[in-house]
Amino acid sequence: MTDAASNSNKQNLFCTGICSILNIFQAVGHSILSFFLSIGTLSFFIGKATKHCFLPPFYPRLLFKQFIDIGYYSLPVVGMTALFTGMVLALQSYTGFTRFNAESAIAGVVVLSITRELAPVLAGLMVAGRVGAAIAAEIGTMRVTEQIDALVTLSVNPFKYLIAPRVIAGTIMLPLLVLVGDIVGVFGGYIVSIYDLGFSSGSYINQTWDVLERMDVISGLIKAAVFGFLVSMMGCYHGFNSGRGAQGVGTATTYAVVSASILILVFNFILTQVFFS
Amino acid sequence: MSNTPKIKLTDVKKSFGQKVVLDGVSLEVNAGESLVIIGGSGTGKSVTLKSILGLITPDSGEVYVDGDDVLSMNANERQTMMKKFGMLFQGAALFDSMKVWENVAFGLIQAQKMDRGQAHDIAIEKIRQVGLNPQVGDLFPAELSGGMQKRVGLARAIATSPEIIFFDEPTTGLDPIMADVINDLIVECVKDIGATALSITHDMASARKIADHVSMIYEGKIIWTGPVGELDSSGNPYVEQFIHGRADGPITKHANFVA
Repeated sequence: MTDAASNSNKQNLFCTGICSILNIFQAVGHSILSFFLSIGTLSFFIGKATKHCFLPPFYPRLLFKQFIDIGYYSLPVVGMTALFTGMVLALQSYTGFTRFNAESAIAGVVVLSITRELAPVLAGLMVAGRVGAAIAAEIGTMRVTEQIDALVTLSVNPFKYLIAPRVIAGTIMLPLLVLVGDIVGVFGGYIVSIYDLGFSSGSYINQTWDVLERMDVISGLIKAAVFGFLVSMMGCYHGFNSGRGAQGVGTATTYAVVSASILILVFNFILTQVFFS
Repeated sequence: MSNTPKIKLTDVKKSFGQKVVLDGVSLEVNAGESLVIIGGSGTGKSVTLKSILGLITPDSGEVYVDGDDVLSMNANERQTMMKKFGMLFQGAALFDSMKVWENVAFGLIQAQKMDRGQAHDIAIEKIRQVGLNPQVGDLFPAELSGGMQKRVGLARAIATSPEIIFFDEPTTGLDPIMADVINDLIVECVKDIGATALSITHDMASARKIADHVSMIYEGKIIWTGPVGELDSSGNPYVEQFIHGRADGPITKHANFVA
């Protein structure tokens, strides 16, 4: 009797052991599958959205509105970011470079750091927070309140009507913002160098021009276009696939900002590799 | 009138993950007829509507509109087909970034390429037709009450004079009087433009008022269909329980959770 009982106990234990191992496999498999599934859906979404950016009908009124929303209204944020970054750059490089008597390199450090890296990346991150979140929240709310379904029943393709204008505006406006950021950032460094660190205005400007090459600015602008595409695309994707209710929209907004920010940093590395190595 | 049904569904199935929502839905709506699908929450009413519109793709089965196979259509054909449709959404689904009249005129401007002035006049006419003051046209949807939003939703649905109109729970969330007003408007508008109507609701007063035929959906299947006059003598225990709103009967509380 007892033998039989302990035997069945052993069998039970064996069973639970197998089952828990299977559960682990199942969990791992499930998360891997859902990872590939979401990569697939995202790629499909990006492909479809990009296609509709180039196919008529176009909505010029909506596109213009997005130019204003994404571009014009981001000017203060991007301008302030660039200004203070340029100022801090000048201060910090002064601290370092005086130790090597290399103060004359400050102008070059400021202009290169701003145009190549800081203006595109910081502008991208600021716009991800400002614009990416707004896009995701707006489109997510439209999804939740069935406004996107209503568009479809009114014979309007939401990809053309909602997504294409935002993606086009994001891709075009961010380089323009970064161009402004470049100028403002260099100006910030100039102000600190002239009024705080006692440089002469003429030589600072000369040093800036001497160091700067066309490719420095262009590479930054190309980065900006990619970042603008990523930010608006992530906002649209997460908003479009938003879950139900206020919580769904909140989650979509968070994902939009986080994924856009991470992608900006990753693509910044990749693009820098491509341009300068 | 031809014999082709305006809308025909054959054995439509749809699951979300493990959850079977439609388990072989078949139904037909003839031209000019008003069919109301009744059923409890979570029994697949909305999914049925959305399958016809192509907002949801069924796992299997066939959907025909005017004899055309909806599921084999490409995006352009489907968009053209959509021009036959109007839909009143449960929450009205008005575009909150646009004024009321722009909402009503949306289909005219975007799909029919009408100029804004002309579309504005038609929109104001439709706003008047659903019993609202034309001045409402210049407000934004957020400034309207729920009942007024529903009316605007109805005006938008009928603005393009569609051949087929869907009503998704038209009276949910409205007080009984406003619900009756909406029901009257639906009957009036549908008759006015001679449209085919397909509605889903669990409001029996509404169903009796707007239906020619009634179908009951339960656990993803149509379990009864008949003229509205036979609703009370259906002999079907599920229908009996539903129309009288009894807690006990063949439809258990449990069923609502699994379905």
